[in-house]
Amino acid sequence: MTATSMGKDFVLSVEGLTVSFDGFKAVNDLSFYVDENEIRVIIGPNGAGKTTVLDLICGRTRATEGSIKFRGKELTKLKEHQIVHAGVGRKFQNPSIYEDLTVFENLEISFPRGRNVFGALMFKRDKEVIDKVHEIAELIFLKDDLNKQAALLSHGQKQWLEIGMLLIQDPELLMLDEPVAGMSVAERKLTAELLNKITKDRSVIVIEHDMQFVADIANRVTVLHQGKVLSEGSMDKVQNDPKVKEVYLGH
Amino acid sequence: MSYGLRSFLPKNDMINILLLAVLIMVIFPLSMDIFRLNLVGKYLSYAFVALGLVLCWGYGGILSLGQGVFFGLGGYCMAMFLKLEASSPENTAIQSTPGIPDFMDWNQLTALPWFWEPFHSLSFTMIAIIAVPVIFAFIVSVAMFKRRVGGVYFAIITQAIAAILTILIIGQQGYTGGVNGITDLRTLKGWDIRTDEAKYILYFVCCALLIGSILVAQFVRKSKLGRLLVAMRDKEDRVRFSGYDVSNFKIFIFCLAAAFSALGGAMFTLQVGFMSPSFVGIVPSIEMVIFCAVGGRLSLLGAVYGTLLVNWAKTVFSESFPELWLFGLGALFIGVVLAFPNGLAGVYSTYVEPMLAKWLKSLKSARPPMPSSTADSRS
Repeated sequence: MTATSMGKDFVLSVEGLTVSFDGFKAVNDLSFYVDENEIRVIIGPNGAGKTTVLDLICGRTRATEGSIKFRGKELTKLKEHQIVHAGVGRKFQNPSIYEDLTVFENLEISFPRGRNVFGALMFKRDKEVIDKVHEIAELIFLKDDLNKQAALLSHGQKQWLEIGMLLIQDPELLMLDEPVAGMSVAERKLTAELLNKITKDRSVIVIEHDMQFVADIANRVTVLHQGKVLSEGSMDKVQNDPKVKEVYLGH
Repeated sequence: MSYGLRSFLPKNDMINILLLAVLIMVIFPLSMDIFRLNLVGKYLSYAFVALGLVLCWGYGGILSLGQGVFFGLGGYCMAMFLKLEASSPENTAIQSTPGIPDFMDWNQLTALPWFWEPFHSLSFTMIAIIAVPVIFAFIVSVAMFKRRVGGVYFAIITQAIAAILTILIIGQQGYTGGVNGITDLRTLKGWDIRTDEAKYILYFVCCALLIGSILVAQFVRKSKLGRLLVAMRDKEDRVRFSGYDVSNFKIFIFCLAAAFSALGGAMFTLQVGFMSPSFVGIVPSIEMVIFCAVGGRLSLLGAVYGTLLVNWAKTVFSESFPELWLFGLGALFIGVVLAFPNGLAGVYSTYVEPMLAKWLKSLKSARPPMPSSTADSRS
């Protein structure tokens, strides 16, 4: 198994990953590889272990067995913030933003500078920060709401804000958990546009249920079922796989 | 760049801090006799604790029910120095071992315990007042926050620590003075702290330190660290997955709150003239949380006013209805939490401030040439 990861330089190689919660294996001997600049979509029925896989990569859940290598670095041994410093960004399923702060402050906190106690005390809101915040706000359609309290944003805007908070960190691997869930049709369209823009220079893993949306953005699709890879390949290939039809797409 | 000072101290905050300074440093001393002023000084030493709680609990969401521990440690450090000075061999000549504090002699100790020795030095004491509580807070918070113990569990543990320390102090009578505490403190480097003049000076020192602490707290609140605390209170995971080691920030703010409390404890000892375990345990620790809640846990100045007000009420009511006071305090806490979750400061900013602004506006339009009206109307 190690031979595969040695042979080619993947951005992310997950090998033999297993996590068990009191004997229940949410992810079971899972292996997959993400290429440079690839957009990988993970689909699967409820409880297939999709979110758990993201939790494992970003360090929220500790793996029972297996390895996760990001640009040759073993992530399973790092702490959450070190994984972020290594260049992995993760968006949560429910918009996870700081409701008591303004949009500007939300983005500013995510700006990758002054991340230790002393640095945070001495952090200065200089031109570089302000410019970057404005640039990102423009991208996520929130440039007129910078001084608004984040709690007052609509659900879709909150999703965008969280995506923006990741973008300002400029991660090399971006993980998005259901980025269009709960969005209106118009918002979905804008989000697809946004994702197309921001996925240019980085690898992305997306979990999504909306098949149309998946077909629009995915390079490759991985279908998870009961913690294992059921099928992997292009959207067409996966959609025509009889095993996939049986467990997931058929209903 | 005019950005630096403005962002740290916006005009409104500056005016409010100045008003507080005028109130406690000019109006109180002019309108009260030294007995009452000394009482206010005692209240203000509690305000240091409330200030720390605003940062730690209000901003960081870390509820500590054991701030009395740090107040007490700071106070005891100060008291140990003063006690040693009061226990010179001449003063204690009638004891069986002259030169050690009287309570040690009563407990059949024949030599000064090793950890009392360094408190002969004033400079060591001044460092210890801050360092001892902060190191203790650091150990406690590293043990808790690195293991991600938080919320109610943290509150319970701090309360347990307050209980343990009280029991320890009372149990080790020979080393600590037991339940009576360390009493009969007299001089600081030969300067008698019991005279009216000394009480005046100590009161002003206390005020100056409090204003200084408010400015430090204001700096922290207005820095990115202040916003991070709010962010952590709201979505801790998001902060963690934005590349911050959340526990370090919690440890920092808990230690800072401990340092403020310790400063308050030392000023308490100096002004009141003794220190005892009744300021360390669970009841005083919770009372301090109530001061902060009543004043407004998101407002630095609110916490100071809250402390003054609750203590003033306590003095007035407990003089006339000693049995009812504790029920009153409990009812006050429940009432504030239910009706005004942001305390007096919340009431002020939602009701009083808009009314004031309206009134000022009408005043201005009636009599246009009155430039300094904003500053005068608030006291």
